[in-house]
Amino acid sequence: MEGADVWSSVRTYLIGLALAAMLTAGSFWISSTGVIYGPGVPVALIVFALAQIGVHLVFFLHLTTAPDNVNNAMALAFGVLVVVLLIGGTLWIMMHMNANMMPMGAAHGPHMHGGHP
Amino acid sequence: MSASTVAFAPPGPGTPSQAHDPYRLGRGSGSEDESTGHGAGGPSPKSIVVGFGFWIFILADIITFSTLFAAYGVLKDATAGGPTGAELFDRGSAALETTCLLLSSVACGLAMVALRMRSRFWFQFAMLATAVLGASFLSLEAREFAGLVSQGAGPGRSAFLSAFFTLVGCHGVHVTIGLLWLLTMMAQVAAKGFRADIVRRTTCWSLFWHALDIVWVGVFTVVYLMGLSA
Amino acid sequence: MLGKLSLAAIPLDQPIPLAAGALVGVVLLCILGWIVLAGHLPYVWREWITSVDHKRIGIMYVIFALVMLLRGFTDAMMMRSQQALAFDAPGYLPPEHYNQIFSAHGTIMIFFVAMPFMIGLMNFVLPLQLGVRDVAFPTLNSVSFWLTCTGALLVNMSLVIGEFQRTGWLPYPPLSEITYSPGVGVDYWLWALSISGVGTLMTGVNFVTTILKMRAPGMSYLRMPMFCWTALATNLLIVAAFPILTAVSAMLILDRYLGFQFFTDTAGGNSMLFMSLIWAWGHPEVYILILPAFGIFSEVVSTFSGKPLFGYRSMVLATMAICMLAFMVWLHHFFTMGAGADVNGVFGIMSMVIAVPTGVKIFNWLFTMYGGSVRMSAAMLWSIGFMLTFVIGGMTGVLLAIPPVDFVMHNSTFLVAHFHNVIIGGVLFGAFAGYTYWFPKAFGFRLHEGWGKAAFWCWQIGFWLAFGPLYVTGLDGMTRRLQHYDVAEWRPWLLVALLGAITILAGIACQVVQLVVSIRHRDALRDMTGDPWDGRSLEWSTASPPPTFNFAVLPDVHGEEPYWSVKERARGQHTLPAAPHYEAIEVPHNSPTGFVCAFFATLIGFAMIWHIWWMAITGLVGAYATFVVFAWRDRTEDEIPAARVAEIDAANRRARNEALREMEYAS
Repeated sequence: MEGADVWSSVRTYLIGLALAAMLTAGSFWISSTGVIYGPGVPVALIVFALAQIGVHLVFFLHLTTAPDNVNNAMALAFGVLVVVLLIGGTLWIMMHMNANMMPMGAAHGPHMHGGHP
Repeated sequence: MSASTVAFAPPGPGTPSQAHDPYRLGRGSGSEDESTGHGAGGPSPKSIVVGFGFWIFILADIITFSTLFAAYGVLKDATAGGPTGAELFDRGSAALETTCLLLSSVACGLAMVALRMRSRFWFQFAMLATAVLGASFLSLEAREFAGLVSQGAGPGRSAFLSAFFTLVGCHGVHVTIGLLWLLTMMAQVAAKGFRADIVRRTTCWSLFWHALDIVWVGVFTVVYLMGLSA
Repeated sequence: MLGKLSLAAIPLDQPIPLAAGALVGVVLLCILGWIVLAGHLPYVWREWITSVDHKRIGIMYVIFALVMLLRGFTDAMMMRSQQALAFDAPGYLPPEHYNQIFSAHGTIMIFFVAMPFMIGLMNFVLPLQLGVRDVAFPTLNSVSFWLTCTGALLVNMSLVIGEFQRTGWLPYPPLSEITYSPGVGVDYWLWALSISGVGTLMTGVNFVTTILKMRAPGMSYLRMPMFCWTALATNLLIVAAFPILTAVSAMLILDRYLGFQFFTDTAGGNSMLFMSLIWAWGHPEVYILILPAFGIFSEVVSTFSGKPLFGYRSMVLATMAICMLAFMVWLHHFFTMGAGADVNGVFGIMSMVIAVPTGVKIFNWLFTMYGGSVRMSAAMLWSIGFMLTFVIGGMTGVLLAIPPVDFVMHNSTFLVAHFHNVIIGGVLFGAFAGYTYWFPKAFGFRLHEGWGKAAFWCWQIGFWLAFGPLYVTGLDGMTRRLQHYDVAEWRPWLLVALLGAITILAGIACQVVQLVVSIRHRDALRDMTGDPWDGRSLEWSTASPPPTFNFAVLPDVHGEEPYWSVKERARGQHTLPAAPHYEAIEVPHNSPTGFVCAFFATLIGFAMIWHIWWMAITGLVGAYATFVVFAWRDRTEDEIPAARVAEIDAANRRARNEALREMEYAS
């Protein structure tokens, strides 16, 4: 491995670090200040998290769309689909279940009812 | 070899030459970029096979975590009159843990650069740095857990706390396993050098370590930051 | 010192499980004693227990599944006879024992019969069909197999040490929580399934990698045999679904061991979350079982019709569509939970949608047979029997996918009849078709056709006698899992069901006889060429049984049916292609890692079930040490010299040349 190669590899990690640090700091900052409209905070946080996951995949895990990486990307896409279906489906089912079946004031604390659709 | 293919790329020097059977188990015809498993050149080289297999395993592990995330999402308000996340979580401690893990991920990446340089010193140095940062993360987490339990907010207090301890604890268990694996790889490189199978195994470990950092991004966002701003 | 374990754990007051356990123990000891006394132990250890050869592991999986089928079927016979007797009477099985029997029956049949049978067939066939030397991770493969054995061992241990769970085949909370199930039964299930689940996940990772990264030169995706495609979909589902099972089991373990509140229905816990998550694994599991069977039928129907598979590409598309849709229907297992009309409606419609690709497959098989010269061999009979039976099972499933219908039928024997209809008529018939079809490839001689056909007819008729009546009693309001009942109208139907179970018993007896007869007359049934059925895919291009390295030279693939085109060419040119240039071949070195690892896993499981903490820690340390020892080894491969390869291949070429000459002489 040549010196230039080493430096370009190291640089990839440093760029990744800088981007990830910025996104992390951004997340912590918007959640602690009132700079964003309250109900919009979770959305902003999720956007930041997804961006950071993208940074990690590209700069740390070196996921590319090169030919030898197609299978990896396809597998990732399948995994993401399952994760979305699993988390989304479970939350959706359980939200409706709680709305329909929860006896008022039973089992869960009173603030639970705020979340009902 | 460009930097952008480190994780899945076959190891360069150190790979034993293929003297016999060009299609022996898990090895390509020697020309590495032809046998990528798309049918043209026969079975892929072993380094690609191992990297891909471990990638599939990581996806499975991510699905384990997503099950725990789903449970946490369902139970996060089920505090049963007990303390809520906003009352319990400490932003500073979460930020410190995040920093440790992010830096350890970068140190891990640098260890992989040293691995490709076949530099034993820098490899062991970067691995040690990764280990120290990982251990700091674990001790911060252990301190947080002990604090919660001591104020009566243990996992049995409410379903919310059960889900919290399981999700965050499962990540912690993974980090512990990652640390054990890391030390094993340091020992193995020290004992046997950069043998092809050891290089492959270390590369898998680095994938594992980076993946844990990705899971942590989900944890600090969904659990700590959303919990605090709720 | 021994946690909760004491002599009181042995159920001396229950003669049936004790006698059964004793019988199994004696049989095992006899076999072990015979192996040791006859001096076979070194051979068994060297060639089988430590083997990392995918063919050996596949065969061991299938043997394992067949043995466990006997255990699971014994449970079935006990349930059928109990229900036949227990009209206005207690029957002969007390409730707490009856509950364990139906729980064990479901657990064993799904996890230790259907799954290992399919995984065994995939193990044996995949590398051969893909034209490669082994799976991607041979040693991991051995670990997977032995971890599955650990799971089965723990479940069977519960016969004589402690008890098994009484909650049904899935431990539904809150019944399965420590408050209502303080015994070790649920713990047996949790640890057995967690450990064997890890093995299954490793298998999934292994096979996905094998199919995507290790194929013979020239074998592009759309040249893979159908069985490889269904195996790919199956293993993608394993990789995506089994982690969910592991996570849910872990949550229930935490509830039971450390007082967590996930599913307790107190302190905010929610047992309905368990239903949702367990079925998010459970429904893909159904397709994990049936998709390989679809692949087997595709191979069998195409071979015995003498035609390429009709609509290969639509079949690929249908398979992958099922793979995706499998994750969008899980709520239909709990329509009655109360998620409401919106949610039920969406999942009901998705459940009907998933029947469409399955229908595509049925038509493809029918059109493959249409115009072909169909040979009614035993394997083909299983396939045709499957098509008739499975279509009805599928349609009762579509019926149950309508939420209002499900509100009436759920938890009835109609449901029981439905899922046995798809699992016996689909998965098991598929497994038997594959067993018959690939047996000569594995052992070098065919199974006796007559006994095979007799077994098929007994199973087919027995199935309808056993489960047709359950559809009727279900419509008549009979709920599942009844230990006794007092409705006179059900009685005749349940007697017919018992008759059906006895007919299936006759079918199993035929299969045992078939095996014995085939082994005794193996010389008459010998497969000399390695191509007993006039096959079309690569596994038939090598000898039966295949050499350790499968192929002397990796085949070069030029089309969808690589071996068929090779044969066509040989017939056209009246000669085999010239002998290739042989080179030395490296095969993976055998390793006891899997066996040792499973030993420690058994230790961990048993220790956790009985709260023997020091033993659990010992097991963990041992398992870690095993991996380190494996990682430290220096020799990973054995070399077979080129001369030996040439010698082995020459024998097979001789047989094939003779067959070619005979064929030409005949025509």
